[in-house]
Amino acid sequence: MVEKVVAKFEIKYRQILDQHGNLVEKLPEFAQNPANLIELYKHMVLARIFDAKAVALQRTGKLGTYPASLGQEAISTAAASAMHANDILCPYYRDTAGYIWRGVKMEEILLYWGGSELGSNYANPAVKEDLPICVPIASQTLHAAGIALALKIRQQQRAVLTFIGDGGTSRGDFYEALNFAGVRKLPLVFVINNNHWAISVPLEQQTATATLAQKGVAANIHSEVVDGNDVIVTKQAISEAIARAHAGAGPSLIEAITYRMCDHTTADDASRYRNPDELVIEKSKDPILRLGKYLESIKQWDIDRDKEWQAAANSLVNNAVENYLNTAAQPLTSMFDFLYATLPSALKTQYDMVQTR
Amino acid sequence: MTAITLIEAINQALDYELNADPNVIIFGEDVGVDGGVFRATVGLLDKYGTDRVIDTPLSENLIAGLSVGLGTQGIKAIAEFQFMGFLYAGLDQIISHVSRMRNRTRGRLSCPIVMRTPYGGGIHAPEHHSESTEALLAHIPGLRVVIPSSPAMGYGLLLAAIRDPDPVIFLEPTRIYRLVKEEVNNDGTALPLDVCYVLRDGTDVTLVSWGAMLHETLKAADTLAQQGIQAAVIDVATIKPLDMATIISSVQKTGRCVIIHEAARTCGVGAEIAANLAEFALTSLLAPIKRVTGYDTIMPLYQLEDHYMPHENDILQAVHEVMEYA
Repeated sequence: MVEKVVAKFEIKYRQILDQHGNLVEKLPEFAQNPANLIELYKHMVLARIFDAKAVALQRTGKLGTYPASLGQEAISTAAASAMHANDILCPYYRDTAGYIWRGVKMEEILLYWGGSELGSNYANPAVKEDLPICVPIASQTLHAAGIALALKIRQQQRAVLTFIGDGGTSRGDFYEALNFAGVRKLPLVFVINNNHWAISVPLEQQTATATLAQKGVAANIHSEVVDGNDVIVTKQAISEAIARAHAGAGPSLIEAITYRMCDHTTADDASRYRNPDELVIEKSKDPILRLGKYLESIKQWDIDRDKEWQAAANSLVNNAVENYLNTAAQPLTSMFDFLYATLPSALKTQYDMVQTR
Repeated sequence: MTAITLIEAINQALDYELNADPNVIIFGEDVGVDGGVFRATVGLLDKYGTDRVIDTPLSENLIAGLSVGLGTQGIKAIAEFQFMGFLYAGLDQIISHVSRMRNRTRGRLSCPIVMRTPYGGGIHAPEHHSESTEALLAHIPGLRVVIPSSPAMGYGLLLAAIRDPDPVIFLEPTRIYRLVKEEVNNDGTALPLDVCYVLRDGTDVTLVSWGAMLHETLKAADTLAQQGIQAAVIDVATIKPLDMATIISSVQKTGRCVIIHEAARTCGVGAEIAANLAEFALTSLLAPIKRVTGYDTIMPLYQLEDHYMPHENDILQAVHEVMEYA
């Protein structure tokens, strides 16, 4: 009998800033300039204020169902800040901090969740190729693979980054995208927001594996795990993945460990299925608190500057809310106007009908 | 000009457009070295290379999902699904994204792609290889569903589908891939989408069909002419969006209509045509509308498939019934 090991793997985990705000590793170059860390910190605070405002708007009947990202702000902030301007983002629906960083207007995000397609027609040319929010779980990973294939065919030195949740890794689309990205060595970065809950189903019911990252190993993709509440290490890992993509070295999979500190959406009540003690433990790992502590410890941040930024961020968010609430509803005919490039004559009767409603 | 089959016409149209537009690519299972299981893409890999003629891993959902990403980048992606029965794995992407990217983004992004797939019965194929479920696709807003009935229609409609700025599902009747030859001018001329084609004028009854069933329908029209019944024959060609104006105009002249399709009867495209005639042409009708269709059954394995599919005799019988009604 011939018997030998023909494949084996290992998955590495990285952390730089621990949950108490202490450095446990050497800072990467970008993080040695405190201004860069302050920018990341301020953005996460802005995203959290935006989220809280969106939830409040939903509670008062001014916004539809909204999926908050409380506790997960570091991942999409890190990813968006690691991307180059002409890279392309294929998000899911809990990457609010990332869309805002890329240049999507906050009022556009509100418009989408407030029931208007105008919210996916991004005005900022910087995000004109970014895909809109994607609701069907994991389906965006295949779009990302298609875009990455287009970039590769056109020999453009650009990368695509797609986000997915832990629940999304159970879906075939995810495996199909990983597999194809591996086969074609696509310039594609997969980032898993492992927040441990897919609505009410915990991670251990999604998978029996020790990590989600190892699912990339089967596709021969560079795969690793980072502390997703540590914005520094998350940005470091994703920057390296983007650099590999730009260099033609193929795709990467980054599993970022975090925790959904909020309900799945405003229509959900996590107390039905989640032990409150777990939330207490996870809140002590908050990404914003730990970076704030670190910045304070190196005398780059203090309570006064924090208050000042909180006020400024609130005012940015309030402006966006005002713009959102002042945006007129689309005409009824808009249902037809973008269905096809030009309205087929078969639809003219229905088009006339809607005009007379 | 030489006479060519439908499958050769498809190949010529693909070749023409790959050559004319560097944004066109082809991808799917076995489309490369093998040239497709029906040989629709034969020779194209050698001519255009592995960046433009791409063999994908074996996953129809992958193929459908990739086309969304490619489409948003303005790539004219022509996806081949090996058989219609395997396209279902991609339906989530087709319904949730392909059909609605333009609408979702208010025109910021679009999906100008073509999804080709062989469909229909009559070639004694295994289970899942003889599906005729075009009505499923015709129900989806934002798509075009186009079905050629001859080599010339295949060439012209496929070119139009590739050049169309919106997603087109292009269903190719396997039964007539090599059934007849016809002279087709390979000059890149597209035929219009969204319109029905009147293949034959007539004054007594309007026969409406598409795809492979048109061959039975045209045979029936010949027989009817010998019997003194002048049947108009309409090739629907684009079943979504549906050009009812041409059908209504014909029925207003003939007063009688028989709709022929291979697909199951209930909620078939024939039902939509009949409903529109009842709504907009009732006073022109001299007899009830008749449908000659497949049964509301699973497409049987091939020993019985011939008994599932409508034939000339079924069409003749239906026409005689409407002629005798009044």
